Order: sequence, then C-alpha cells, then structure tokens
Amino acid sequence: MNGIHDMGGMQNFGPVVHEPGEPPFHADWERRAFALTLAMGGTRMWNLDQSRAARESLPPAQYLGSSYYRIWIEALSKLMLQRGLVTREELADGRMRAPPVPAPGVLAAEGVAAALARGKSTQRSTSAPARFGVGDAVRTRVINTPTHTRLPRYCRGKRGTIVAVHGSHVFPDTNALGNGEQPQWLYTVRFDAVELWGPDTTAGAVHVDCWEPYLETLTGSQ
Amino acid sequence: MNHDSPHESDEHDRDHAREHGHSHGGSELSEMDARVRALESLLVEKGYVDPAALDILIETYETKVGPHNGACVVAKAWVDAGFRARLLHDATEAIASLGYTGRQGEHMVALENTARVHNMVVCTLCSCYPWSVLGLPPVWYKSAPYRSRAVIDPHGVLRDFGVTLADGVELRVWDSTAEIRYLVLPVRPAGTEGWSEKELASLVTRDSMIGTGLPKSADTRRAA
Repeated sequence: MNGIHDMGGMQNFGPVVHEPGEPPFHADWERRAFALTLAMGGTRMWNLDQSRAARESLPPAQYLGSSYYRIWIEALSKLMLQRGLVTREELADGRMRAPPVPAPGVLAAEGVAAALARGKSTQRSTSAPARFGVGDAVRTRVINTPTHTRLPRYCRGKRGTIVAVHGSHVFPDTNALGNGEQPQWLYTVRFDAVELWGPDTTAGAVHVDCWEPYLETLTGSQ
Repeated sequence: MNHDSPHESDEHDRDHAREHGHSHGGSELSEMDARVRALESLLVEKGYVDPAALDILIETYETKVGPHNGACVVAKAWVDAGFRARLLHDATEAIASLGYTGRQGEHMVALENTARVHNMVVCTLCSCYPWSVLGLPPVWYKSAPYRSRAVIDPHGVLRDFGVTLADGVELRVWDSTAEIRYLVLPVRPAGTEGWSEKELASLVTRDSMIGTGLPKSADTRRAA
C-alpha cells in the first residue's frame, strides 16, 4: 500500500527532536498499551504482518495525528473487531457483553520469559535455490499493490547490488493477507543514493532488505 | 512536528479540558488512560490476557532489556578480536553467546564503523529496532522526521544530533524493511587502551549503536 507509513524521502516534517535520557514510556497507558498488544499477539488470532498492515492502513490524517502507542491501540482494536473477539459496545466502555471467542493461545505469565527469549524467527527452510548471489546486479520491481508490502516507494524500479543473502523468510505480502507464509529468499540490496534520489541527497548508499519477488535481474548495460 | 511525540496527547488533553470548561486534576484520567484501562479490563475478563503477563512484559522492557545489553556487546568486540570477528560474521550467534536473544533480535547483523565508513539504521516503514540489544526504540526513532529524512538526508539528521563526520567518511544507511535487525559497532574511542569491558561499556551510548551518535570520549568517562 502506498500509505502514509511509507515515509522514506518525504520532506517538511521538521528536525529530529532528541530527548536526553528518554524513558521507554511516557505515561502509564503507554506501558499498558505496549503490554496488551504483545499479550494479544499471544492469542495467535493474527500474525506480525497483519498487525503491521492494521497500523499502516489507518487513515493518513489519523496516522499522522496519533502518538505511537495510540496507533498500536487503534490497530489492536481494529484486529479484534475484525475477528469478533470484541464488539464496538464492549470497546466503548470495557464491559463484557458477548462471550469470549475461543483463541488458539493465551500468553500466561509463567510463559512470558521463555516466549520473549525464543522470539519469532521468520526464517523457513526451502528447497528452492536462491536466484541471486552477493555481487549480483538487480532492479527492484515497480509495484503499487494496494495491500501490505515491505518494498518502500522510494526504492521501486531502482538498480542495486546484492550485498547479503539471509536465507528464506516469511513473505509479508502474502502473510498479511492470510494467504500463507510462502517463504522467499531475502537479500540486502545496496543502492547508490544518487540512483534513489538524484543529486539531492547527503547519503552515500542506502541498503534495503528485499524479498526475491521484489527483485528482477538487471540485464543489459549498467 | 514530532508526530509520534507522546506529549501531543497531553496537549490534546489540555485543549480538551479547556474546551469543556473543566481542568484535569492529577487524579483525572486522560482519554487514552481511560480507554486503555477499559480495554485491559475487558480483555482480562474475556480471558484473552493474563494480567500478570502484562506486568512481566512491562518490567522486562522497562528494567531488564535496554541499551546496556548492546553496550556489553560493543565493549566485548572492542577488547576481544575473536568475538569481534564472530560478531561481524554471525551477529545472531555472537550476541546470543552473551545471553541476549529473542524478540526483535532473532536475525541480527552488526555493522562496523571505521575511519572511512559510518553506518546509520532506520525503519522508514514502521519502527523495527533490535529490542534484544537496545530495548524499545526512543520516540524520535519512530517519528516522521527521522523515518522520512534518514534515507535521503542522513547528514542533516546527524546535524540534528550535533554530530559531524570527518570529510571523506562514507555514510551508509540501512533501512530495516525485513526482520533483520541491525546493530552499529562504533569506533572505539581514542585513549581507552587498557580499559576494562565494563569501563568501555560506559562509553557506549544508545545513539552510537543506531548510528545517530558517537561513543562518549575517554575524557567524559574520567570526568564522571
């Protein structure tokens, strides 16, 4: 989706404001919002990519006008409503009216440490050979899918070079749609900043992690 | 213009209070406070969430996991050439050997700064960040100004942080678009020969491991 979340290269947002000694949370509700979002991930009613898609598909003005954890709460509410875990009336006042929907999992207190330490690897085995290797010249595809993708707008249709091969990983574009993990080879691609931006950049090179379906072989000159 | 600033919601609450002719005292809940409390109560009642798990999650990321983890990784790489080589070859394995594993650190890559190369990490699409070594990201990292500019004007971003690189240093930006998480290995400060890992770790700032800052100088440490 060409959404507001895809901010690379946008201008006029002003300077980066640095807060010395910044704490992880700035209000108690942020603590709870963070923990609730992680804990609800333990229901396994959605995956990471669906969670990201829910955040980035908020209306652009709302996205820009919301603080970070507020975006998390909006997205969490949306996911729960979509899956029938809660009703709008329940969200409005926090009082249960409908019985709970059976969920595949619950993150119990005694399982938190192990779950966090284990993490959620996205690497998957594959029998398909990697199409590209380090040093290969590639071009990113020009795509404008209306659904979730991790290929930013600023690096579509651009020439780059493979600098790392990371194995086969869950493919966000299908996983976000509930169409399966469909693992794909994942590469780090180096782009000369001038290829991305022309002369109006102070970067030397920009590296982007790209799944194989985002890439095509660069043929011909250059 | 810092759209991810949590202070905006406070301002909103104050505006709201003015509009409605009442002031929010210390005991009065903000809109988000009330909303998240209601949500938590609902989800606990429905049995989707174990309230004790919430407390553990918060405690973990507020007190246990943070940039001190990454600082230990960097300091070890500064004193131990074998570990440094492992870190640059397979950062996930090297970092795990120090006990830092798990969520948002499943696939780690270390980026070595040198006299000629400076690396800076961003996530233009959301807020991907190596939790296992740096904890939760600061507000600025998640904000529109940083996400928009880091890939096109990283020198300008560094100026916002008061950092100027020497002439001729190549500035490489890494956009965390997948589940690979990047840790910058900064250049060891001059004048720290013979320092212990613990002393060195005290020079390693969070920003120096993102690439928006440099480690503290040896003088800073001695003065402290």
